[in-house]
Amino acid sequence: MRFLPLSDADRAEMLAAIGVPAIEDLYKDVPEGLHLTGPVDLPFHAGELDVGRDLAALAARNLDGGSAPFFVGGGVYRHHVPAAVDHLIQRGEFLTAYTPYQPEVSQGTLQALFEFQTQVALITGMDVANASLYDGSTGCAEAAMMACRVTRRSRVVLSGGLHPHYREVTETNARFLDLRIDALSPDPSAPEDLAAHLDDETACIVVQNPDFFGRVRELSALASACHDAGALLIVVVNEIVSLGALKSPGDMGADIVAAEGQSLGNAMGFGGPHVGLFAVKDRFVRQMPGRLAGQTVDVDGNRGWVLTLSTREQHIRREKATSNICTNSGLCALAFSVHLTMLGEAGFTRLAELNHAAAVKLAGRLDAVDGVEIVNDTFFNEFTLRLDRPAAPVVEAMAGQGVLGGVPVSRLLPGEAELENLLVVAATETNTEAEMDRLADALSGAL
Amino acid sequence: MTGTITGNKGLQQEEALIFEQDSSGRSGVDLPAPDAVTSRLGDAARTAPVGLPGLSEPQVVRHYLRISQKNYAIDAGMYPLGSCTMKHNPRLNEKMARLPGFADIHPLQPESTVQGALALINECARWLTTLTGMPGVAMSPAAGAHGELTGLMTIRAALEDQGGPRKRVLVPESAHGTNPASAHMCGYTVEAIPADETGRVDLAALKDRIDDDVAAIMITNPNTCGLFEGDMKNMSDAIHAAGGYVYCDGANFNAIVGRVRPGDLGIDSMHLNLHKTFSTPHGGGGPGAGPVALSEALVPYAPLPYVVAGEDGFHLAEHADNAEGKPYGRMKGFHGQFGVFVRALSYMMSMGADGLRQASGDAVLNANYLLARLEDDLSLPYPGPCMHEVLFDDHFLKDTGVTTLDFAKAMIDEGVHPMTMYFPLVVHGALLMEPTETESKAALDDFIRMIKGLASEARAGNTELFSEAPRHTPRRRLDETTAARSPVLRWRPAPD
Repeated sequence: MRFLPLSDADRAEMLAAIGVPAIEDLYKDVPEGLHLTGPVDLPFHAGELDVGRDLAALAARNLDGGSAPFFVGGGVYRHHVPAAVDHLIQRGEFLTAYTPYQPEVSQGTLQALFEFQTQVALITGMDVANASLYDGSTGCAEAAMMACRVTRRSRVVLSGGLHPHYREVTETNARFLDLRIDALSPDPSAPEDLAAHLDDETACIVVQNPDFFGRVRELSALASACHDAGALLIVVVNEIVSLGALKSPGDMGADIVAAEGQSLGNAMGFGGPHVGLFAVKDRFVRQMPGRLAGQTVDVDGNRGWVLTLSTREQHIRREKATSNICTNSGLCALAFSVHLTMLGEAGFTRLAELNHAAAVKLAGRLDAVDGVEIVNDTFFNEFTLRLDRPAAPVVEAMAGQGVLGGVPVSRLLPGEAELENLLVVAATETNTEAEMDRLADALSGAL
Repeated sequence: MTGTITGNKGLQQEEALIFEQDSSGRSGVDLPAPDAVTSRLGDAARTAPVGLPGLSEPQVVRHYLRISQKNYAIDAGMYPLGSCTMKHNPRLNEKMARLPGFADIHPLQPESTVQGALALINECARWLTTLTGMPGVAMSPAAGAHGELTGLMTIRAALEDQGGPRKRVLVPESAHGTNPASAHMCGYTVEAIPADETGRVDLAALKDRIDDDVAAIMITNPNTCGLFEGDMKNMSDAIHAAGGYVYCDGANFNAIVGRVRPGDLGIDSMHLNLHKTFSTPHGGGGPGAGPVALSEALVPYAPLPYVVAGEDGFHLAEHADNAEGKPYGRMKGFHGQFGVFVRALSYMMSMGADGLRQASGDAVLNANYLLARLEDDLSLPYPGPCMHEVLFDDHFLKDTGVTTLDFAKAMIDEGVHPMTMYFPLVVHGALLMEPTETESKAALDDFIRMIKGLASEARAGNTELFSEAPRHTPRRRLDETTAARSPVLRWRPAPD
């Protein structure tokens, strides 16, 4: 077995040093009757060739984004990731290191995290970012719980444009705590007056920008209304590339930003692992969940980095911690950071322009299809179509022709008659004009 | 001159932050000029620069390569962090996770186009339920702590359904800090249970605290002292008799895989750290995955989503109305850490039922070999045999002027990552060593020789060797107090 270095001779010698006849004797604390006497009922070990063949056969049963005109978004986006990104994150020094608890031999991870935190703070327009959370949805829930701690209030208002999974995760996290979640109903065709829902028990309003339907909003007035009411504004971002083209949440007055960073550096990977970005205004740093890398000096006076403010964390504070989180999404955060470093200011803003241009072109193409109406006035790289019939079977029919044509809103919000005909479509820099034609053709064929 | 002109030390090169290497306008990615279109961004278009630096591809590659060389890693040497399971990360796992059919698929594609992915989740779940002897597994939790929260929420949902959530969760003093934090996030009061003189849960004390207000006990087995809780079944029976549930922190499942099934111990809910037991990489702090195995009583309350095998293929239950049971909610967007499932399944298939059983045995053998060879040099609070990790305390350092921390820093100079220190909290100055099954006997013998040498230096009063350590690392001891008192958490441009 290729991952096990001990030979039978080694084992015998080691057992003799320990003074027991067999490995089984080391399990003497396991009560009688609870030992398995032989291997469980699963296949025996296999070589790379066999395992690779079996898993490749499973992979082949999926239609991957590179093999089809691809327009699926809804919180996960297909972008080009430069080859160097994956090469760098697979260096064993990054891939196979633990959390940087021994800073003297972890300066690589720590410097990368410090750079990551700075990049996230810059693109979100916030003061400080943590070293990442699991993903955007759990970050959204953490943000809502944090706002309740900060304001000592217990009501959370969720915009109807929040990604339905983010809403569900936030509701689930609040379910067993004394928090009240008021989720507004999703309606892509009407403006949403969130400020009207503020009261003196409201801890925060959570709003997504661009929202689940693709709409883009200027949020400064909402931020002011929140602050006047003693509440925080939490801005959720699903498509982080949008920040290359949009005013940053910080510039619009956000107090907390909870975002999904998958679009940079990370594969779609059927939904995970991805990387949660979490950024706040300076005054909230000590109420923030998650790890933080901070700058300091060593005994020789040289600049270096350590994990810091860990007194917020569970391994010190136990049940009084700001969160139970004990990890970040280290390698995904690194991939995000390497990709953003490669893009730089010029590349990041250009990538955003390319995405927006692709979506504008696609909207023009699809608007011309009979039975299709574009719902959005504003959008970045994703928008909502109203079809003349339910969207789910249309998407299924297009998939039958090898076109992955978007997310039917009913997949995430089932049972709502007024949403049944809605289809959310995304375009990125990866889409060619020929692919847009294929989508327009497939759509007219299915309608 | 003791230093160098550059500050570099041969292969150890100083490397500035990316923000300090900036030359505006440069990019490491060639992108075409966008076609002119009429903006649909409304009044939210960006007007100010972001402030990112600009570097070319060779600069970026060099930057990350240089900083990577400042990291210790399991690929570089033994990493005996107790409770963390730093075992070899097979590269086949990485290759499989990058197959386009796994990496380049979207979680909201039509089910008909992702049958292979759903089959993979189902297969991964089959291995996990067979190994745990438990009937179901909630695959979506993102990490161990997230799995704990999921497990407790499942328990709470079941109790609410049966009449009331109850108020307290009993947690041993030796538990990971995530245990009380997770219980608290689930709305429970946490009550600590003392250990007995053998380092295990004091069964009598536990039974005394159990009443009809206790929702669950959270037990780590093998526990954080590296010992098997032989009374586990009795504990389970006691809490079950009082109408409560058993949560098991499965962080140490790697000691018993293929040898003991948690389901046989009366456990109702247990998370599995795929990034530990099943070899997926730690990546400098994630991403992990923490699926939660569930007993018959809890399966109906499992969170969404889950894969359902039907006659016409696999389906995803994503909403309460198309789910069979009474799911209490959703823990995470989409369907869990799929890329980690691919890696874990690749490992499980490579090892097989026979290999997994051999791996847990070798892990326990390696730890007991350290115990046997080091018990006269260090101090052992609880007698062996241990499970996959061996716990020493700092009595052997008494009156030497050397602390556990100093001892660890001296190990760094010897080229080995230190063991876990000062955890668990139940012994003084803990040194918790977990060699894992992927260390050879030769590597263990080198480690033993080094530890014996350092222990003898400490006893000989050579305190400077320890207090000045580490000397040979890219940075020496860092000032953590100032870092916390005046936090500098990001780079900022120097004031003009």
